[in-house]
Amino acid sequence: MSTPAHAPRGKQHMDEPKITTDLIEAHGLKPDEYDRILEIIGREPTFTELGIFSAMWNEHCSYKSSKKWLRTLPTEGPQVICGPGENAGVVDIGDGQAVVFKMESHNHPSYIEPYQGAATGVGGILRDVFTMGARPIAAMNSLSFGEISHPKTRQLVHGVVEGVGGYGNCFGVPTVGGEVRFHAAYNGNCLVNAFAAGLADADKIFYSAASGVGMPVVYLGAKTGRDGVGGATMASAEFDESIEEKRPTVQVGDPFTEKRLMEATLELMATGAVISIQDMGAAGLTCSAVEMGDKGGLGVQLQLDDVPQREEAMTAYEMMLSESQERMLMVLRPEKEAEARAVFEKWDLDFAIVGETIAEDRFLILHGNDVKADLPLSKLSSAAPEYDRPWAPTEAPEPLDDVPGVDPIDALKALIGSPNYAAKQWVYEQYDTMVMADTVQTPGLGAGIVRVHGTDKHLAFTSDVTPRYVRANPVEGGKQAVAEAYRNLCAVGARPLATTDNLNFGNPEKPEIMGQFVGAIQGIGEACRVLDTPIVSGNVSLYNETDGQGILPTPTICAVGLIDGPEQAITGCARDGHVALLLGETQGHLGQSALLYEVFNREDGDAPHVDLEAERAHGEFIRANHEMIKACTDLADGGLALAAFEMAEAGGVGVQLDDGDMGQLFGEDQARYLIACNFDQAEALMIAAGRAGLPLKTVGKFTGSNVRMGGAEAPLSELAALYRGAFEAAVG
Amino acid sequence: MHAAVLVFPGSNCDRDLAVAFEKAGARVSMVWHKDTVLPDGIDIVGIPGGFSYGDYLRCGAIAANSPICGALRGHVDRGGFALGICNGFQVLTETRLLPGALRRNANLKYICKPVDLRVETADSAFTAGYSEGQEITVPIAHHDGNYFAADDTLRALNDQDRVAFRYVKNPNGSVEDIAGVLSENRRVLGMMPHPERMAEPAHGGTDGQAMFRALIEQLATA
Repeated sequence: MSTPAHAPRGKQHMDEPKITTDLIEAHGLKPDEYDRILEIIGREPTFTELGIFSAMWNEHCSYKSSKKWLRTLPTEGPQVICGPGENAGVVDIGDGQAVVFKMESHNHPSYIEPYQGAATGVGGILRDVFTMGARPIAAMNSLSFGEISHPKTRQLVHGVVEGVGGYGNCFGVPTVGGEVRFHAAYNGNCLVNAFAAGLADADKIFYSAASGVGMPVVYLGAKTGRDGVGGATMASAEFDESIEEKRPTVQVGDPFTEKRLMEATLELMATGAVISIQDMGAAGLTCSAVEMGDKGGLGVQLQLDDVPQREEAMTAYEMMLSESQERMLMVLRPEKEAEARAVFEKWDLDFAIVGETIAEDRFLILHGNDVKADLPLSKLSSAAPEYDRPWAPTEAPEPLDDVPGVDPIDALKALIGSPNYAAKQWVYEQYDTMVMADTVQTPGLGAGIVRVHGTDKHLAFTSDVTPRYVRANPVEGGKQAVAEAYRNLCAVGARPLATTDNLNFGNPEKPEIMGQFVGAIQGIGEACRVLDTPIVSGNVSLYNETDGQGILPTPTICAVGLIDGPEQAITGCARDGHVALLLGETQGHLGQSALLYEVFNREDGDAPHVDLEAERAHGEFIRANHEMIKACTDLADGGLALAAFEMAEAGGVGVQLDDGDMGQLFGEDQARYLIACNFDQAEALMIAAGRAGLPLKTVGKFTGSNVRMGGAEAPLSELAALYRGAFEAAVG
Repeated sequence: MHAAVLVFPGSNCDRDLAVAFEKAGARVSMVWHKDTVLPDGIDIVGIPGGFSYGDYLRCGAIAANSPICGALRGHVDRGGFALGICNGFQVLTETRLLPGALRRNANLKYICKPVDLRVETADSAFTAGYSEGQEITVPIAHHDGNYFAADDTLRALNDQDRVAFRYVKNPNGSVEDIAGVLSENRRVLGMMPHPERMAEPAHGGTDGQAMFRALIEQLATA
C-alpha cells in the first residue's frame, strides 16, 4: 500500500461540509481547542480530520478535565501487573495467574435508549477484558436511576436491566454483583456502570502498543455501520430536551457476535499471531488505531476501502467515527496471517488487512484515491488539551439537627419497603448468575464469589458508593466508597487486592462540581493507599447533567479480592442460637443516613467519617478469625438494624437486638461488621479481639421467628414479605 | 463412557456440561457444529445450554439445521443416548427428536434461580439415581423455557411415563409444570433446568450430580 502520488495533503473534497464555526461547535470543540488544531497541523483540517480530533479530544476519550487529578491516585503495588492506561488493569493472583478487570460507564446512551445503551455498555467492558487475553469470568453493574415516581424511571429500569441481562446472559458471563439505587438527582440522567473481570495467565497478557514497521493492521469482528457515529462526543455533553434526536448515536449490540469474537480472539492469541491488539470502543477505528500507534511510537496508515462495511456508500468520516460494536484492531505478525485468518473464518467473523504500521509519525487515512486525513499521530493524544479546571472545595455541611424518635420496626419497614433497600432479586434473577458453573455466591448479600476454574482459589467482587455521603463531604465520601468495598470483601473472607473506579460527576466546568471531583479523588486515593488496594483501571464520566441539574457525585468503586481456598470463605448463614456480635465503634452517626432519607425525607448532616486504620485492623481481624465466624456482613446504609435484618432473613431465623436506641440501630458509623457464630466461637472471638485491642461486643442473638429491636417487635415473615416484594411493587 | 458435547457458535454451557460428565467419570469430546459425524464410540451426546446462533429466528431453530445435527439424528435413530439442557432442550424440540416446543416465559423475562423439581420417573438412565417423587433443587436460567405441547402429545407423555421432571412451583408457565421430557425409547432427555450447575459442593448443592453418576453407571452396563 502506498500513498497516491497526487493526493494533496488535506485536500478538501466537494462532498464534504465546509469547516465553519457551527460545525466546529457541533463537534464539541471549543474555539481555543480548534486554534490548537490549526497550530498543530498548520492548515484548516478536512472534515474527516475535524471528526478525528473531536473524537480524540472529547472528555470521554481524552480525560482532559480529570487527568491532572487521576495522576494522584495510587496505582502501584507488588500485586499490580498492569495499572491504568491499558484496556483493563491486571493483578497477580498467584500460581502464574492474573485477574484482569475494569469498570466503565454507559450513562448517556442508556438514558437515550436503555436496552441497547446498557447492553453495549456490558459488551464494551467485556471486550476491554478479553482484548487483554483474559476470558471474562464475572460481571457486575452499578445502576442509578431517578425517583420511582418520575415518569421515565420504570421504563429505564426495565430497559437497562433487560439490556444488561440480554448481553451478559448470551455472552455467557455470570453477573455476580452490583447496586441499584434511586434518587431524584438521577431523574434526567441515569447511571449505568458496567464491570467485568477476566482470568489470564500472567505471562500471556496482551497490550496495545504496536511494534515493527510495515506490520499489517488487521480489522477483526463485525462489520462497520453508521451506528454510534459521534457517540463519544454525545457522551461528553450535557443533556437537554433534544436528547430524543440523539438516539441514532446509540450503538446496537450483538452479544452472539461478541461471544464468537471472544472465542476467536483467545484462539488467535494462542497462535502467537498478535503483536498488539485494541478493541474498538468509543470513537472506534480512530481511537484504536491511534492508541496502538501512539503507544508503539509508530505511525498508522489505513485504507478504508478494505474496511468490512455493512452499509453502502459510507464516507471516511463515518467509518472513522463509527461505534459499531464487536470489533477489534490488531497488529499482526505477517508470517502468521494464514493461521490467523483461518481462526476468524472458523468463527464466521471478518478478518481484513486494512493498513499497516509506518515509521513516520503520521495518521494517514486513505479512501479510494483520496487522502482523507493526514495528521501527526502522536499529537492526537499527547497534544490533547488538558485542563486544570477551577474548583471550589465543598463547604462543610451544617451539623445535623435533632432526629425525631420513631418506632424502630416502623423505621426498618420504611427502609426495606423502599426500592433502595428492598431485596433486588427482581433485578438479578434476570441475569445469568451461574453460567460457567464456578459461581460460589450469587448476588443478594455482600460480595459475589466465583471460583478460579480448575483451582481451589476464589475471587470476590463488590461494587460500592454512597452518593449522598459524597455530596455532603466528597473527601469522606470518597474514602467511604473504598472502605465499604474493602469491608464487603473482608466479610466473605477475601483479601482485597485492587480496585477500579468509575467516577460519575456533573459538569466539570462548574467549580463546585470540580470541587466534588477533586475531593472524592483525594478521599479515594487516601483510602486506597492505606488499605493497599491500588486503582488499576477506571473510567471518568463527566457532564452528567440535564438542564443544568447535576447528578449526585457517584464515584463507583469496584474491588476484587482473593480467597485462597473454600475453607477460608465466609459464606454461611445465621442460625437459631447464634450470637450477634458487632465489631467496631458505634457513635450513632445519623447524618446523611438511610434512616433520614427514607423515613424523614431529609438529606442533611455530615457524612460519617472513615477511620482507615480501623478499617484495616477490623478487616484483618475478620479474615484472621474466619474459622470462628459462621456469617458476616459489613454495616453500611441502614446500620446495624438493616444488616441484622438482612442476615436474619437470609438465614430464615429471627433476631433480637438488645439496644433500641436509634443511633445504635440505624447509625452509619464506619469500620463495622456484624458477625453470627455460636456461643463458644463468640467467646473465642471476644478473647481474640481483647488481645488485639479491638471493640467487639454482643448486640443480641439470632433466634425465634421475630425481629425484635429494643422493645419493638414484628414477625420475620411479615418483614421478609415486604423486603422481597417492595422492589417489584415499585418498578414491576 | 465416552460423551460428546456439541459446540455451536453461541453455546456457553458447553464447558460446564463437559466438566460435569468428566467429574462423573466420563471421557468427553467437544464436537464442532460444522462437523458432519460424531467421533467413534460415542455413548451419549450432550447438547449444552447457551444461545446457539444467538437464538436468532427461534431458540434452537438454526442449530437444529446445522451439519452436526444430522449426525445427532443418526445417533438417536440408532438408539443412542442424548441429553439436551436448556438451549439443548430447545434444539431437541426443534429437531423433533422430542415433542413440544419452548415458548417465551410467561412473565416475558429471563429467569435465573434455583428451583425445586419433582422427579416424575426413575425409569430412565438419566433419572435412575433418583427416586420417583423425590424433590431436587436445580437452577434454571432461560428466557424461553415455557414448555408447550398439544393435548394428545401431553396424553402420550403422561401415559408413557415420559415426563421426567415437573416444577414444584411453576416459574415460567410451562404446561402441566413440565420441566423435562423423555423420548419414546427413554434414551433422549430434554430439560430446561441445569443439573450441571448443581453438581458439586461449591455449587451450593449436588442434586444434579446424581444424573451424571447414574448415566455413567447405566451406560457402562448397557
